[in-house]
Amino acid sequence: MDVLMLSRLQFAAATMFHFLFVPLTLGISVLIACMETAYARTGNEVYKRMAKFWGKLFLINFTLGVVTGITLEFQFGTNWSRYSAYVGDIFGSLLAIEATAAFFLESTFIGVWHFGWEKLSPKAHAITAWLVAGASNLSAIWILIANGFMQNPLGFEIRNGRAELTDFVAVITNPWAWNQFVHVVSGSFCVASFFIAGISAWHLLRKQNEEFFLKSFRLAVYVGLASSAIVAGQGHIHGNLVAKLQPVKLAAMESHWETRSNAPMYLLQIPDEKGEKNLVEALPVPGLLSFLAYNDASAEVKGLKDFPAEDRPPVAITFLAFRVMVGIGTLMPLLMLFGLLKSDVLAKYPLYLKAMVWAIPLPYLGMQAGWAVAEVGRQPWIVYGLMRTSDAVSPIAASQAGASLVAMVLLYTLLGAAGAYLMFTFARKGPADA
Amino acid sequence: MFETIWFLLWGVLWAVYFVLDGFDLGIGTLMPFLAKNDYEKRVMYNAGGPFWDGNEVWLLSAGGVTFAAFPQAYATMFSGLYSALMLLLFALILRGVSFEFRGKVESETWRKIWDTCQVLGSFLPALLLGVAFANLFHGLPINEAHVNTGGLFDLLNPYGLLGGVFFVAMFCLHGALWLSIRARGELQARAAATAAKLWPAVLVLVLAFLAYTFVNTKLFGNYFKNPHLFLILVAAVAGLVMSRVYLAQGHYWKAWGGSAVFIACVAMFGVVGLFPSILISTLNPLWSLTIHNAASSQLTLKIMLGVALVFVPLVIAYQTWSLMTFSKAINSEHDLEY
Repeated sequence: MDVLMLSRLQFAAATMFHFLFVPLTLGISVLIACMETAYARTGNEVYKRMAKFWGKLFLINFTLGVVTGITLEFQFGTNWSRYSAYVGDIFGSLLAIEATAAFFLESTFIGVWHFGWEKLSPKAHAITAWLVAGASNLSAIWILIANGFMQNPLGFEIRNGRAELTDFVAVITNPWAWNQFVHVVSGSFCVASFFIAGISAWHLLRKQNEEFFLKSFRLAVYVGLASSAIVAGQGHIHGNLVAKLQPVKLAAMESHWETRSNAPMYLLQIPDEKGEKNLVEALPVPGLLSFLAYNDASAEVKGLKDFPAEDRPPVAITFLAFRVMVGIGTLMPLLMLFGLLKSDVLAKYPLYLKAMVWAIPLPYLGMQAGWAVAEVGRQPWIVYGLMRTSDAVSPIAASQAGASLVAMVLLYTLLGAAGAYLMFTFARKGPADA
Repeated sequence: MFETIWFLLWGVLWAVYFVLDGFDLGIGTLMPFLAKNDYEKRVMYNAGGPFWDGNEVWLLSAGGVTFAAFPQAYATMFSGLYSALMLLLFALILRGVSFEFRGKVESETWRKIWDTCQVLGSFLPALLLGVAFANLFHGLPINEAHVNTGGLFDLLNPYGLLGGVFFVAMFCLHGALWLSIRARGELQARAAATAAKLWPAVLVLVLAFLAYTFVNTKLFGNYFKNPHLFLILVAAVAGLVMSRVYLAQGHYWKAWGGSAVFIACVAMFGVVGLFPSILISTLNPLWSLTIHNAASSQLTLKIMLGVALVFVPLVIAYQTWSLMTFSKAINSEHDLEY
């Protein structure tokens, strides 16, 4: 394999592994802050126990998120140095702002939060929880603004052989970034609420700490229903934006080869990338693709064949990832709605509770798939329409990239296993007694 | 003008990073030598426990600012030091995780694994940072296309290695002083005694490093042009002396402060010596990356300066508060979180 492929694989491994931890942090930090606020207000010990129990799992998750995030920032320099030199004027400053304005706050106050249970008053401790939660989400904004520049570059001019910033406001108000922010954050709340609901369901099935886990479960289904509704609804608006700004990605998402109006969506479809067609197209819903893309069932949707082959993303991965994401996105609100309606009589539905335990990975998978759509679907560009991924890779030896890729995958696998083991152990153990 | 300000800020970020992460890297490195039992190990984890994460963000900021203010230097530096940087990152990952994971399972083997990660994950970064910065002071074989043509083993030259050993000793002294602030009883006595033993070693190493720097690099050029810059070195020496005097009096906070001044001034000494280069090419001075050919646009530098002027003082304020609030004596199990 060449340096380009190895570097792409390494970046994928580094980002996807990092993003196993980020969404839980974004969502659960806010929920823990809510629990602590309830404790500070009411003095009810159960809220404190909730914050402590979920907080313990949160800390394991947080640590893995932090250490894997550090690698990511340096990946741009190590493996994508030509990219860094070409767009660093814009992209680098966004990462630097993220570190200074958000990551410092988050990392300093996670220590204060962790060590401050005895030293701070309940109110002050709740404030530190809000600072951590707020800073994590602020961090997400800056990272997504940076990613937004790669998806929909704005506010720059090509000068001195590189992209130079001309309009900072345009960069930070990039509609792509803000859509992505809503999408990622609501998705993160799905991850956190399925996480809490699933673990609570496991304990409820065993009739352990029922008051504690019922309270947790209820909180999770309310948040879960709201966030999964937002993620699906806003996902549609996001799709419109993709259709407008990256029509080729949209075509790949649907494996849509021929340009046509009134385009249907096939519920069953198998793409054949080499033959530039679909092997199977069955169960069409007339006009649905046109509607999803342009809110108009008769609109014309451009097909992949209208784009030069060298400008098309890998169709099979983009298509499959999109289907997985949409499938999960449809399932999530239904699961949450059922839990909400039956939240007073959950004990009568052991099968549902079991399903909720097994549903914990669903939003994680949805997140990974969603990012695969966004990033694989952007190929062959590293910055859409501006710089090709193949022009961005560092002039390093393939042996270097290969060695670090192998080492990283090994290291992350071990860490992932250790982290998962700890999560399982502490999730099963349940809360400490008051 | 903005380029110069950013160059200095870039140096300051590295200096603060060394001062802050220096003490927890030092504590981790010293663990096998200082802790005699599990409780003492836990005290050492907890001594830096509330801070390691916040401290490491200074590394991220230093990296981020290199990217933002001098993108071409960021590109050349981190792709050129590929293997060393990967090693540094993997070490820091294992170390960070060891804090959180170690105490979570009742098993001797489990704890030993994470202790090893903590020790190696502290020692290696200290060594690698020293090696890397010594090589930056000396310069790298950067070609016309801004690519470092040297490999990992070219970094391990005598000057680079001396830099590495110097950094390890400097961070160990800094860590031993921090542990003297926080630990009590025998561990505190051992930490203070270790600091006293390390001090002459650091003195010898800094003198050797300066002498070697004088012979091996062009770093002193700026100082002879502008002799009042030698005040940075004077301040470094003053900090080092201060740390020894206060250590003898048992004023550990002030001794740590002296060591902090020393570390910051050592870093700034190097950075000011480099000016206006960020990466010196040993092949041809024209191929060096300087504040003139590696900087971002004026607009980016201006916006970034605004951001830095607002947020860096804030960061310093809340991190100082956190350092003061959570640096009380660790008296018993009750004070331990890890």
